[in-house]
Amino acid sequence: MTLPWKLEGQRTYFSKALIEAGRKDPRVVVLGADTTESLKSMPFGKEFPGRLINLGIAEQNMMAVAAGMAVSGLVPFSCTYSVFATAHVYNVIRQAIAYPKANVKIFSSHAGLTTGPDGATHQMNEDLALMRGLPNMTVLVPVDGPQTARCVEAAVEWEGPVYCRFSRSNFPTLTQPTDPFEIGRATVMRDGSDVTLIGCGIMVSRCLLAADELANAGVSARVINMSTIKPIDAAVVVKAARETGAIVTAEEHSIVHGLGSAVAGVTAEHYPVPVKTVGVQDVFGESGESEELLEKYGLTSANVAKAAHLALKLK
Amino acid sequence: MRGHVLRMTHAAQSGHPGGSLSCTDLIASLYFHELRVDPARPDWPDRDRFVLSKGHACPAQYAALAERGYFPREELLTFRKLGSRLQGHPELGLTPGVEACAGAEGQGLSVGIGMALAARLLGKAWRTFVIVGDGENDVGETWEAAMAGPNLKLDSLVAIIDRNGIQQEGRTEDIMPLEPLADKWRAFGWHVLEIDGHSVRAILEALSVARSVRGRPTCIVAKTVKGKGVSFMENVIKYHGAATTDDELRLGLSELGEGAP
Repeated sequence: MTLPWKLEGQRTYFSKALIEAGRKDPRVVVLGADTTESLKSMPFGKEFPGRLINLGIAEQNMMAVAAGMAVSGLVPFSCTYSVFATAHVYNVIRQAIAYPKANVKIFSSHAGLTTGPDGATHQMNEDLALMRGLPNMTVLVPVDGPQTARCVEAAVEWEGPVYCRFSRSNFPTLTQPTDPFEIGRATVMRDGSDVTLIGCGIMVSRCLLAADELANAGVSARVINMSTIKPIDAAVVVKAARETGAIVTAEEHSIVHGLGSAVAGVTAEHYPVPVKTVGVQDVFGESGESEELLEKYGLTSANVAKAAHLALKLK
Repeated sequence: MRGHVLRMTHAAQSGHPGGSLSCTDLIASLYFHELRVDPARPDWPDRDRFVLSKGHACPAQYAALAERGYFPREELLTFRKLGSRLQGHPELGLTPGVEACAGAEGQGLSVGIGMALAARLLGKAWRTFVIVGDGENDVGETWEAAMAGPNLKLDSLVAIIDRNGIQQEGRTEDIMPLEPLADKWRAFGWHVLEIDGHSVRAILEALSVARSVRGRPTCIVAKTVKGKGVSFMENVIKYHGAATTDDELRLGLSELGEGAP
């Protein structure tokens, strides 16, 4: 598929942002689990010898070490692939980080289907579900490279545990480095009045494409980038429900307990309107190229547009 | 302190007296002889850190904290009660003097490594002590930490294994044999000392040796008795997680020379 945007690696932005953060704040340290090259945290270690620690393939230890560092006054970035940064170590995060509100920043790459050929073991489609279930946890999904860098900056400023996930694959660059970014604040990417498409990560670009398709069919769609999954920007969801009367969510994640569930929770509680969810249908992925997988598992602009039409019928 | 452990778990009618009594001498030696801490300033940045990785033994830690003046002794009997600062397992941020949440086994040594690393990176002189239950040697993360400590040359870190030989459902050697435990820690690169965990003199000597070890952390394997000090509890598996009856409390306290409850 030819996209109208430049494709860039989130990890490249992450790498530079870490160094920037390390320069600004001597409390920033980085931990890796035999993943410092892959996460591109190695340059941080070259810039700040001693402040990048590779703990080997021992993620449970890494998370609790990060907790010990955080409660001692440092700001550790604990970084590995999404599956190992969440599911593999969930109870360590729960007890050592979330429960005592340890100031640990868990930044993970290789989230979602766009992990590609590595297959289902590495395609983490349940991380948002797990992490938003934890009290005290903040959950971020940057839409692109520049916003990944903004997440690093914001996480350093934020007091408390943060989980942030991004992709192995290059994503369409939709934002400028100078665009406003705030944890807990969604961004309206395009205004519209008939239906609202709320996406996170790569699916925001698919929502924008779907909005074009819908416009051709005479439907005016609002598009929102929900880069914070928790705390969810309830105000922007309620406003969308009130003003457009129908919502579609789209995420590169299971439809169980992710963005769609968070949005539906807000509307059910505050302003019930039809909500359709586009995401991985409670199944595991498989090996393949990113684009092929997005297509096969229904994470397409066409599917978002189709869901919008279904939501409109329920209005 | 042992009397406190009995009274607290009796008042709560739950908790873990056996494993609290096995590490009471270790905890007392740390709080009254070794740790550079200031009960008036639990957040003093340069304080030594103590993590009770076997969080279920927190009655012993709470007893030490109360005796050391972190909070009033009367508060001990609120243990495990609704609204208490003394949770069933330690909660960082709630109880003055508690440095880590613990309860799920096997995480405390990793937290201690983080604290020791932080001391190095921040240029601080604090030292870090972690009491690890012998049952926690079943946990994979304990061995992840056991590998990391020597690799990071954390000589400001001391792990003390409360080797009481009993875990929740039986003897450690019946459930998942740990021996030769000291050799295992030696093989992982620790400076290992084996001592009688109820001899305060031996404990203090070992802690003194640990202070002089350079380039690697110290692991003290402290041979202890579960339920130590109360005859009917000693080496009895049941008292891992069972409180005393009224009669047992009276008997236990009299054995400890503590008089009436």
